[in-house]
Amino acid sequence: MTNKSMIEVRGLHKSYGTLQVLKGIDLEIARGEVVAVIGRSGSGKTTMLRCLNGLEEAQVGTIRLGEHTINCTVPLSRQQGELRALRLRAGFVFQNFNLFPHRTALENVIEGLVIVKGMAKKEAEARGMALLERVGLAARAAAYPSQMSGGQQQRAAIARALAMEPEVILFDEPTSALDPELVGEVLDVIRSLAQEHRTMVIVTHEMNFARDVADRTIFMDQGVVVEQAPSKELFAQPREEATRHFLRRLG
Amino acid sequence: MQSSIDLIVQSAPYLLRGVVYTIGLSVASMAFGLVLGFLIALARLSPKRILSIPARIYVSFIRGTPLLVQLFIIYYGLPEFGITLGPVPSALIGFTLSVAGYNAEILRSAISAVDRGQWEAASTIGMTWTQTMRRVILPQASRIAIPPLSNSFIALVKDTSLAATIQVPDLFREAQLITARTFQIFAMYLAAAGIYWVISTVLSSLQWDLERRATRHIQRKA
Repeated sequence: MTNKSMIEVRGLHKSYGTLQVLKGIDLEIARGEVVAVIGRSGSGKTTMLRCLNGLEEAQVGTIRLGEHTINCTVPLSRQQGELRALRLRAGFVFQNFNLFPHRTALENVIEGLVIVKGMAKKEAEARGMALLERVGLAARAAAYPSQMSGGQQQRAAIARALAMEPEVILFDEPTSALDPELVGEVLDVIRSLAQEHRTMVIVTHEMNFARDVADRTIFMDQGVVVEQAPSKELFAQPREEATRHFLRRLG
Repeated sequence: MQSSIDLIVQSAPYLLRGVVYTIGLSVASMAFGLVLGFLIALARLSPKRILSIPARIYVSFIRGTPLLVQLFIIYYGLPEFGITLGPVPSALIGFTLSVAGYNAEILRSAISAVDRGQWEAASTIGMTWTQTMRRVILPQASRIAIPPLSNSFIALVKDTSLAATIQVPDLFREAQLITARTFQIFAMYLAAAGIYWVISTVLSSLQWDLERRATRHIQRKA
């Protein structure tokens, strides 16, 4: 791992009331690294990912992303500036896409460029079209989310995240809400991003995809990182019994 | 029958003058009531109790007390404190404060009905609270709020007849004055009712048009 990693998480704890969801997560992700996070539902993997850009508030620990650090013991509402700066560097792709339903695919992609970055509309549209082209949706630029398939919506959502030129992209089970025949087109887009060596963290249930695409895979269980290793190694020879048990049940 | 028609034709200028007050009060109160209602809705949605509790009490008071009593407090009660307002300002203030309370509830529930994921998606592309509200939440909330807001407006139009009790020369007051002169009570009030009906019907068709325009992207399927 490089000296100055892209993401660094230290001692992250989060609970909902008395239920402890994250029990001390330490994580370091290098620039350009693709990391898959696997584990059963309720293992805390989605919560961990959402904490990385402040969608969830943890109670203890620090999160550093690039130059920006969140101290979790301080309420997020008191570090809004740092949080927004951090979010601008982290794109997020949701399980349920969360496209803006009243805007077309292209309008969704350029919203942040025009409204947040203040880019001229013409320029933003040119950039947006290039991104839609990149995810294979140029022909659907004028379509509203309700007129697109789930796979198309998710690809548009990826283009929206890419538009902000994030240094890191966080994926929260990007194919879990899709019909099986639409999973492939979304995974293809993510795979092509991985080939560009973008820093990505992907929470996923697609084990083959994690093994083939991620440089490293992290297995989480009951709020802790149980095991992490280069993906091929983790899937071929898991060291921990919990990991073996999890992978066997899927196999 | 002939005499009733004659009466209505002769009264038309007076009734129309009343209609101007009725529509003017309704439109102005609704416009102010939307702005005030939105602010109260935001206060109710605020995590800060110092904002949400007063807003909740306000809405509860407005919804739990008769509009007629509210108008009397303003028009007849406030002069005791040296605040003397004419009939029209009193009515405008009373109707605005009242309809704002109802609108606040409508807007609050419409804003809450927008999926939380929309707030999250906006925050992940760096949008501020204000940008998110204006560009993402309100366009979707207004689609939800149009039918109940239209109901609130139609109710307001009819409720403006209460202004007659504080000397506002609205449609109902004009009808009352004419019946006092002519004793043609049934025909006159029926004519007034007919005019209210026409106004409400026109407003309902406007609502339909607004709804259709607000939902054109949402319901159309490929």
